[in-house]
Amino acid sequence: MDAVIDNIDVILRGFGATLLVTLLALVLAVVLGTATACFRVSPLKPLSAVGTAYVGMVRNTPLTVIFFMVVFGTPEVGLNASFTAFAVVALGVYTGPFIGEVLRSGIQGLHTGQGEAARSLGMSFGQSLRYVILPQAARDVVAPLGNVCIATLKNSSVAMAFGVFEATAAGYTLANANATAVIQILAAVAVGYLCLTSLAAVAIETVEHRVRIVR
Amino acid sequence: MPTLVELRQVNKYFGEHHVLKDVSLTVDTGQVIVVVGPSGSGKSTLCRTINRLEAIDSGEILVEGTPLPTEGAALARLRSNVGMVFQSFNLFPQYTARENVALAPVKVKGVKPSVARERATDLLNRVGLAEHADKLPARLSGGQQQRVAIARALAMEPKVMLFDEPTSALDPEMINEVLDVMKDLVAQGMTMVVVTHEMGFARSAADRVVFMDDGRIAEACDPEDFFTAPRTERARDFLSRILPH
Repeated sequence: MDAVIDNIDVILRGFGATLLVTLLALVLAVVLGTATACFRVSPLKPLSAVGTAYVGMVRNTPLTVIFFMVVFGTPEVGLNASFTAFAVVALGVYTGPFIGEVLRSGIQGLHTGQGEAARSLGMSFGQSLRYVILPQAARDVVAPLGNVCIATLKNSSVAMAFGVFEATAAGYTLANANATAVIQILAAVAVGYLCLTSLAAVAIETVEHRVRIVR
Repeated sequence: MPTLVELRQVNKYFGEHHVLKDVSLTVDTGQVIVVVGPSGSGKSTLCRTINRLEAIDSGEILVEGTPLPTEGAALARLRSNVGMVFQSFNLFPQYTARENVALAPVKVKGVKPSVARERATDLLNRVGLAEHADKLPARLSGGQQQRVAIARALAMEPKVMLFDEPTSALDPEMINEVLDVMKDLVAQGMTMVVVTHEMGFARSAADRVVFMDDGRIAEACDPEDFFTAPRTERARDFLSRILPH
């Protein structure tokens, strides 16, 4: 237990990095995912093809491979950034399709009359998505979006292998340095993740109830 | 009066199913056309082709002499001139009644939000819902929702209003409040195409009754003639089955 208490600052610093990477990656993923969902439901064939291709390629590639491509691939073409920035991009690009597909299921779950009513009022496809369809679809899929958020928090541990000193990396480093307290240290990290995901679960449920649409 | 909407030899298929067969119809400015007929006869589809919620396979539809645009900004512009009221109301559930009415004028026509809100309040007043303006659709009855939907369509100041079975989803005691609003519109000279099973409304409000059967317009005539002396066997059969009740 002493090993945990003595190194609590290191563990907390790790979780700080975990949260930073997760939150920024989610911001990127929401942007990419919203665009993907809109593309995929668009009547314009080239747009929906782009959306389908992005989902098809990225969703079927392991997260570690995407990290490899971003961390070692982008410097090859002259782009350089910090490991944290790379991790945000890799995790965000990976998570985008999952957000996109959740939103798309929300869009397709709406009554077709909603889109028809919007169009019959003279709204363009983009306007009907923005003002009528997406606000409803997003509220209907808070729970599955929450799943994606929690998965992203846990997925951020892959960044450990690519130079980011996040929670798992902190635990790994401390376990190596304190051979007699490996279990305690790893348990402390696991409890840390559990705290964050439990908080996320509570937040998700609160949001879900607050934004729920009564029909 | 000049022709506002004209359908020429319109054909429409759903897969193999031929739902509109050589349908031709003209609607003059200020006219009220009531479309009746058995279920599956193509009345709703006919109504929905006029603002291209259903694309047609052949023939031509003209609004103010111009063929319906097929897509894009031109189609959106046309739709903003053609109001539509649906069987299932289709109010936007996340917005209040007033917001439902004010949304399209602000986003589509660029009306100032304060002006649009004021106009929305006036329109809700006109359909008898002033005190419900700040309620969400889920808190309104079916008849109230449908009246909001009519106000929402009117907010775009359309040249013609399409009603696709506007009272079919309503409990009987709410039908009249919607028909009353529609009759007010008739009295104000609105051009209307109304698909309905309300024969009383057809008889009292229509300038012309169009009877559809199996995708064709079987009869199009003066309501008195249609209800007292239908020319076709199918119309006589249809009327004999609905009127006794």
